[in-house]
Amino acid sequence: MENFDLSLVDWSRAQFALTALYHWLFVPLTLGITFILAIMESIYVRTGDPEWKKITKFWMTLFGINFAIGVATGIILEFEFGTNWSNYSWFVGDIFGAPLAIEGIMAFFMESTFIAIMFFGWNKVSKKTHLMATWLTAIGSNLSALWILVANGWMQNPIGMIFNPETTRMEMADFWGVFFNPNAVNKFLHTIYSSYIVAAVFVVGISAWFLLKKRDVIFAKKSILVAAIFGLVFSLLTIMTGDESAREVAKSQPMKFASMEGLYYGTTNAPLVAAGILENDPVKENPEKKDFAVELAVPGVLSYMAFLDTKAFVPGIHDLVHGNKEHGIISYFDKIERGKVARQALTDFKNARKDGDKAKVAALTAKFKDKDFLDNYFAYFGYSYFDNPHDIIPSVPISFYSFHIMVALGGHFMILFIVVLFFLYKDKLAQMRWLQWVMLWTMPLAYLATESGWVIAEVGRQPWVVQDLLPTMAAVSNIDSTSVMITFALFFVVFTALLIAEIKIMLKQIQFGPNTGGH
Amino acid sequence: MKTIKNIFNFYLDGFRNMTVGKNLWIIILIKLFIMFVILKLFFFQDFLGSKFNNNQDKSDYVMEQLTNPKK
Repeated sequence: MENFDLSLVDWSRAQFALTALYHWLFVPLTLGITFILAIMESIYVRTGDPEWKKITKFWMTLFGINFAIGVATGIILEFEFGTNWSNYSWFVGDIFGAPLAIEGIMAFFMESTFIAIMFFGWNKVSKKTHLMATWLTAIGSNLSALWILVANGWMQNPIGMIFNPETTRMEMADFWGVFFNPNAVNKFLHTIYSSYIVAAVFVVGISAWFLLKKRDVIFAKKSILVAAIFGLVFSLLTIMTGDESAREVAKSQPMKFASMEGLYYGTTNAPLVAAGILENDPVKENPEKKDFAVELAVPGVLSYMAFLDTKAFVPGIHDLVHGNKEHGIISYFDKIERGKVARQALTDFKNARKDGDKAKVAALTAKFKDKDFLDNYFAYFGYSYFDNPHDIIPSVPISFYSFHIMVALGGHFMILFIVVLFFLYKDKLAQMRWLQWVMLWTMPLAYLATESGWVIAEVGRQPWVVQDLLPTMAAVSNIDSTSVMITFALFFVVFTALLIAEIKIMLKQIQFGPNTGGH
Repeated sequence: MKTIKNIFNFYLDGFRNMTVGKNLWIIILIKLFIMFVILKLFFFQDFLGSKFNNNQDKSDYVMEQLTNPKK
């Protein structure tokens, strides 16, 4: 792995992971609760029942606290792009810049206008105008997420661009290709739907606290009714989009797919490991080594999940590293060699330009537009930074467990919504204290599930920042790792303080209950 | 002019009548100060922007980093 300062790479990664994970503690609630608010307020406007106005205002206050504490935490990620990840920022600038700029402008105008009407507009604008502002806040915040996820989707499956050796940049060749990248579409839908579940669990959990305290029971039941139906609908949609996402990952990121299922050796009729405990990490060449100490596997399901065919061959980690001629899989050894050819062409371009050799520059510029070169060599550019293919395998335990935690908790949420709605329908929910405790303690699990989703998305694609083209270690700036350690500590302190502030203010507001009013 | 005045008064009344919001605004302002004044100014300078004056130099530097990485 050439002359990389791995300590710098690790600290930069840790810092980005820390800020992204903290940022994501605030975002999903905003994405989901705004729609729950819009539904509650719609019921109020339709029925004229002041109880629904009280309910809407209570949850709106909690949304306001979460929004205020979380707002702009994402900007720190952009600081990090410019300082810690300057090679990456330059390399992808043209592709990344457009979606992020649109996101910034949309977020600022939509949120600053409609959130103000939402909070300040009660009794000042008509009911319908206020309701429209609430719906537009929900739509606006979700559209902000769209652009971020388009950018992220491109990193996972880079399409719609050309590499310009003259500028050392990826340049947008097909905006709609980038926008409708199947990875981005699935990622966006799966992310927002799962965020809606987080918000639904949040409302159900806090309402359960009121039931446990035997306070504001009508308010709690009505809140639970809306949130549980909302959560159940989006649980089903999350499963559907997760299924689509898995198929897309199997196609464009087969190593991530194999890692998240702990599939070391490819097979037809591949089993889905519903639950398991990994025994060790058998990337070494030992076919006898056991992958799992314990496993509960369902034959054929993984093949179906990946290719809609129970008999289909799903490549394992070993197949991807060593290749599999029977199934047309190029080995990582081969990809490394092809990547090195591509990098040599770029080095030749650099030297020719330095020497003023115009003919060679023109020939190499043409080479970077040649389809055969792009498809068979430049497509593996990032592999050139590795000598050992085993360095191109993500952490299998982290990928496997984070994926399975996410899926298992997703199942738990769906069952919880069904059970809660059943007992609500039977009018027995207020008496079922065990269920109320489960509802309450499911709240942190919702955050664990959504964070696990990001862990599998981002750790599972390592070592790439841009799939197959730019490895993480080549993306970092050549800066002093000490400064990254200092800012890591600073972020940890600042974000933890913000989180404590959020929890304290929120708990205080929850204790006041829905009858206090005011923002 | 009247519309602008109405919008201004709408925001002014809104901020004046805030209860929980006042504490939140204090947190937001402290947070923005830490982010933009302390972090951005002292710790997060634009790496390429602070080293090079034009895009060609930035491009050349990244080209060198990608073709001959010495970290």
